Amino acid sequence: MILIKAFIVILVTVSALIPFIKGNAKGILAFTAILLNTLASSWFAVQCLWGENFEFIFKGSYITGIIPVRIDALAAWFLIIINFVFLTGSFYGLFYMKVYSNQKNNIKLHAVALIWLHAALTGICVIQNSIVFLIAWEVMAFSTTLLVIFEHEKTATIKAGINYLIQSHVSIIFLMLGFIWVAFKQGSYDFNAITVYTTQHPEITILMFLCFFAAFAIKAGFVPFHTWLPYAHPAAPAYFSGIMSGVMIKIGIYGILRMLLIIKPDYTTIGYIILIISVISGLYGVMLAIIQHNLKKLLAYHSIENIGIIGIGIGIGCIGMGSANQLLAGLGFAAALLHTLNHALFKSLLFYTAGNIYQATHTLNIEQLGGLIKKMPQTAVLFLIAAIAICGIPPFNGFVSEFLIYSGLYHWLQLASLFSSIAIGFTILGMVMIGGLAMLCFTKAFGVVFLGNPRMEFHQVIKDPPFLQLLPLYIITVFIVSIGIFPMLFLQLLSRPVLLFTADLPLQHAFQLKTAEVLQPFSWAMWGLILLILAMFTIRKIITRKQKQSIATTWGCGYIVPSSKIQYTANSFVRSYRKLFRPFLLLYKNTREIKGIFPDKGYYATHTYDKIEEWLIDRPIRAFKSLLSRFLFLQNGKLQFYILYGIIFIVSIICIPLFYEKIIQFIAFLNQL
Amino acid sequence: MLSFILIFIAAVFFTGIIVRTKSMASGRKGPGILQPIKDVIRLFRKGAVYSQTTSFIFQIAPTIYFSSVVMAMLVVPFGQYKGFISFSGDFIFFAYILALGKFFSILSAMDTGSSFEGMGASREALYSMLAEPAFFILMGSLALLTGHTSFQEIFSALHIGSYITYALAILATFVLLMIAMIENSRMPIDDPKTHLELTMIHEVMILDNSGFDLGLILTAGYLKFAIYGALIVNLFIGVFPYGYTIPLFFIIQFSVAITIGLIESFMARFRMGHNAQFIFALTSVSLLIFFGALLILGKFI
Repeated sequence: MILIKAFIVILVTVSALIPFIKGNAKGILAFTAILLNTLASSWFAVQCLWGENFEFIFKGSYITGIIPVRIDALAAWFLIIINFVFLTGSFYGLFYMKVYSNQKNNIKLHAVALIWLHAALTGICVIQNSIVFLIAWEVMAFSTTLLVIFEHEKTATIKAGINYLIQSHVSIIFLMLGFIWVAFKQGSYDFNAITVYTTQHPEITILMFLCFFAAFAIKAGFVPFHTWLPYAHPAAPAYFSGIMSGVMIKIGIYGILRMLLIIKPDYTTIGYIILIISVISGLYGVMLAIIQHNLKKLLAYHSIENIGIIGIGIGIGCIGMGSANQLLAGLGFAAALLHTLNHALFKSLLFYTAGNIYQATHTLNIEQLGGLIKKMPQTAVLFLIAAIAICGIPPFNGFVSEFLIYSGLYHWLQLASLFSSIAIGFTILGMVMIGGLAMLCFTKAFGVVFLGNPRMEFHQVIKDPPFLQLLPLYIITVFIVSIGIFPMLFLQLLSRPVLLFTADLPLQHAFQLKTAEVLQPFSWAMWGLILLILAMFTIRKIITRKQKQSIATTWGCGYIVPSSKIQYTANSFVRSYRKLFRPFLLLYKNTREIKGIFPDKGYYATHTYDKIEEWLIDRPIRAFKSLLSRFLFLQNGKLQFYILYGIIFIVSIICIPLFYEKIIQFIAFLNQL
Repeated sequence: MLSFILIFIAAVFFTGIIVRTKSMASGRKGPGILQPIKDVIRLFRKGAVYSQTTSFIFQIAPTIYFSSVVMAMLVVPFGQYKGFISFSGDFIFFAYILALGKFFSILSAMDTGSSFEGMGASREALYSMLAEPAFFILMGSLALLTGHTSFQEIFSALHIGSYITYALAILATFVLLMIAMIENSRMPIDDPKTHLELTMIHEVMILDNSGFDLGLILTAGYLKFAIYGALIVNLFIGVFPYGYTIPLFFIIQFSVAITIGLIESFMARFRMGHNAQFIFALTSVSLLIFFGALLILGKFI
């Protein structure tokens, strides 16, 4: 109780203090506040992961009713992820934001918004009163918008911010709909009321769940609710893109899992729905990621892909719960939760390295970069590790969670009926394609950005950032590697959160036994791989020690004046892919050919666009606009007319109560007809 | 352990047999069966030339590529006898470990800054992505058929008896053979003997490798052939006792090598643009196996 109060006190005092502080101390103070709050919430979270549950009841007010704060293992797992990413992210941010230190007021607002965002996310994980939950949700949406539009002098940034704000509020509408529905029927804002209501009325559970699912899916970025994501991520400062992709979209995943626990819908149906949406999200995200030229936008689309993978885990878990298959449920939810952590780790690392690149070169267009590995070796190695991890390639962490998903799928296959076998086949196909496409994407990204020759000359010196700035990145790397080679350890931590989903099903420890049985040799294999690679390096070193090595130019098939312009570009690297997947992609070409005796400058540029966004958002808006434009005559710019509208409005407001009875009678009369 | 040694022995002869078959088919005498191995040993003794564009990625990539193939080899069982590493879901590990090698070989091609190698890298990334679903669906249907999820358990439980299983075994052999051809960039997909860099896939990626590194890459290629050969062997030997399986292993490996040689002699390479369709068609063959497995298990009602 005291810790929670301390949490709030720190939040309020620090955000009141920050505007009055000068110099770099603001950032440090904000970091300290986040550190203290992190410690406070981790104190509960760690205990929860060892099996204790906390429940605090605050009195609240007349409007909200009592405010229960419940911390269980699921909340704890997300709290840990949030805290870790916020700590590393804000530490990295301290250095990243130094460049902007002359924009004093902007920075102050930014720091305050960051602290509030952390508090809001923590709150969302633990608060179980729908009104306070919505307030926390709103704080999150609003502070994120503030954080995204840090570089608000750019139009694209402001547009991204507004886009995000609007879509967040669409999500809030769905949440409110669900909460008000229950509160109206049940008269309580406590989350337990939702459980009570839905168990009494099983016929509406699926509708109720889908309502909440839509809200949380917008936040998480499931296709087709993803369109805000590729705008907001590139617009935000790199360190915050990392936090956003690492934890903020995960709060959507948390919401979905929480609702699964609270609502208890028909798990099998829900499982299939989630599974299908997730496979589509995963494929669509990575398909669009490949054709992006902006490094951060590419990473943003990969977030959609990874949300899809997490969703596949949740879907499998739900189906396991639906069919009372303890092992399947365990594997599915463990994979989903572990991938949530994994994605938070490698995606934030990727965004931070993208931040390093942006700070050094001031561009994120991968077609302008190249050969950075020689100038920024540490950034390159960190990016490489994260890239391998995100492709789900051993020996790093991404493989562990994907392996669990595959294990779940193949286990499920043994018991499946015809329908579910087809679903499994579809999902396996999707997973494999996602993995392969991710590999295509990240070989492109790493190959073009870091390898080869520089494609553009920069006037500034390009070098790695100082060690302290890289420190959080190294810490993340340590976790990426250790999850890869000690998967058992992390799965043990996961046993409590998974237990929440599987506890009321029989054969309690089958899951633990199974994972132990599978993962022990698995981690040996990982060790074996690493040892084998090291052994091969040693052998290579010993043999090539005495041999003559010389340096020459790259073999150009007889051409001896290579230019950096003849290198394969990112666009040409994915050309055959692009042709193959053309039905799913939307590409605009902008070319001007060189012709004539005195030719002008020629150019060739491609722009990518999102087909789903085109059909789902742009076209309806255009249609709506054209509909509304018919009423444009009302807005004719003449003051007299506007006054007339005002008078009509006021008169009708006054008259409606007067004629209320008559109107009712009229409607009754109509009904009789 | 047995499988490791057997695959190793098979790898020594495999490529030699392919080359010999090809030369005999075209009416030449051809080099000795051990010539590929002699080439590699010669390369191991040679010094290396590195491009000035390259970074350390180029130096570590061949080693990681080779290690990944050796690691994959450790997973492959021999009939009822487990591979060095065996756990349920080990075929997923098998496929992903090969992906690690591919990842690095693609990067090392990008590292040279050559447009040709970039082209090869791009094709390799795309084609290996398209080939992978076929393998996973194939293994999935075998897992479905046998009720197990590790290589060794699947293969030792695989009984070929009824007509449908014969059909499935033939289809599975076809899929594995074609995956082997794609993984090794062989004929219908890629022509290792072509002299035009624009039309190569694998060969163009290793244009700049030399000396020890090139030797490693070539050895890895030989091993990969033998590994896929061993997987095909495993489809058939599950139930036989020890004494028959080892000769059977070599007979099947031998005939696979000759088949590959014959395919390479009498078939032209596809147009690059058609490769993708062909490779993805393999997935539909795998799906056929999948439905065959469902049919056998009587789930189609």
